[in-house]
Amino acid sequence: MDNDKRRFLRLMGISTGLLAGSSLFGGMSSILKLGTKFNGDALASQGMEYGKFASDPKALKANRWAIAIDLRKFKTHDDYKRCIDACDNIHNIPVIPNNQEIKWIWEENYENAFPEQQNKYLEEELKDKPVLLLCNQCEYPPCVRVCPTGATFKRPDGIVMMDYHRCIGCRYCMAGCPYGSRSFNFQDPRPFIKHIDPEYPTRTKGVVEKCDFCIERLDKGLPPACVEASKGSIIFGDLSDTNSDIRKVLSNNFTVRRKPELGTQPNVFYII
Amino acid sequence: MYDSGKIISGLFIFVGIVTLPFWYNAGKAFVKPDPSLDTPVIRQMKEKHCIESKQYMIDKHMQLLNDWRNEVVRENRTIYVNSSGQYFTMSLEDTCFHCHSNEKQFCNQCHSYVNIEPYCWECHVKPKEEIANGQR
Repeated sequence: MDNDKRRFLRLMGISTGLLAGSSLFGGMSSILKLGTKFNGDALASQGMEYGKFASDPKALKANRWAIAIDLRKFKTHDDYKRCIDACDNIHNIPVIPNNQEIKWIWEENYENAFPEQQNKYLEEELKDKPVLLLCNQCEYPPCVRVCPTGATFKRPDGIVMMDYHRCIGCRYCMAGCPYGSRSFNFQDPRPFIKHIDPEYPTRTKGVVEKCDFCIERLDKGLPPACVEASKGSIIFGDLSDTNSDIRKVLSNNFTVRRKPELGTQPNVFYII
Repeated sequence: MYDSGKIISGLFIFVGIVTLPFWYNAGKAFVKPDPSLDTPVIRQMKEKHCIESKQYMIDKHMQLLNDWRNEVVRENRTIYVNSSGQYFTMSLEDTCFHCHSNEKQFCNQCHSYVNIEPYCWECHVKPKEEIANGQR
């Protein structure tokens, strides 16, 4: 009786072990099969070779892109409008006349642009003077820290970039950005775009967008559109290059940045 | 068997519902997608060849486009070197659409056949021929 029980248990143990072993082996072999299925060599032997990728030698390169805006040279409304229109036109930015507006570069009065410098006895000229605002391309961007999908990220050249394909529209980045530089597409923007430039994509409902220093123009060897349209009032360059235009401007002029106390190290400088 | 009438007729109804898709499509002729390369834009081209072989593009265009997207957006590499060493700018608008200007022929024919709706057009502007026809 006792012997029967022991024999039965041993048999059960061995058969369970064999079963587990064989299924494990089967699993392993199917994984190995998958491995060969997606092997690059197998593709190459069928004449299906993947191509290679390269960066454009024409593209402008830098370690730290930055912009300096010389507000002294912005005299008339047209000076601002020229820069804003240049950006709006090439990036297919919709004109939505309510609180669902989309803005990459825009005007704001001095007090709101620099709230910590509010002063009852502010210089008369500054009081009503608009300031040109855009994404600050922060050294330590809070929007990148909070993005749950990696849709917004910082490139090696310092530009904080949006990957609209990955944006899920959670708007954490908008809450994180202390400068209000980000806009959300509450609706399909296309009906609000006067003239769609077919060379540049529009955005879709449910993604966040912002200024990206015209990376598509940098790739072609051109400066950002606002810099070009400003005719010298906006200076663009590489902060890591001591001989760059922007470094010369910064070392010869007193400049301020927006909300420097937050420690985001913005890369848009203002000469007032 | 109790209630055999109900059970058997119920079984017939069940089998009928499960096989409904087959009945629904029975007798319908399936038209295979047959994209025509004979568009006005292509007729004007000297070299009628895509960036890779035709078979590769049919089999792998989705992986290729996915790689292009990641390379351009995230790695800042904008040039594609194909298997024969030619250079191309990786861009739907600036490269693909120069030849593939007819969405109906190049995209919809096969995608409709396999019931796929790519959502590229929510952001990327459709090829010029479509805009000319009043579609966006």
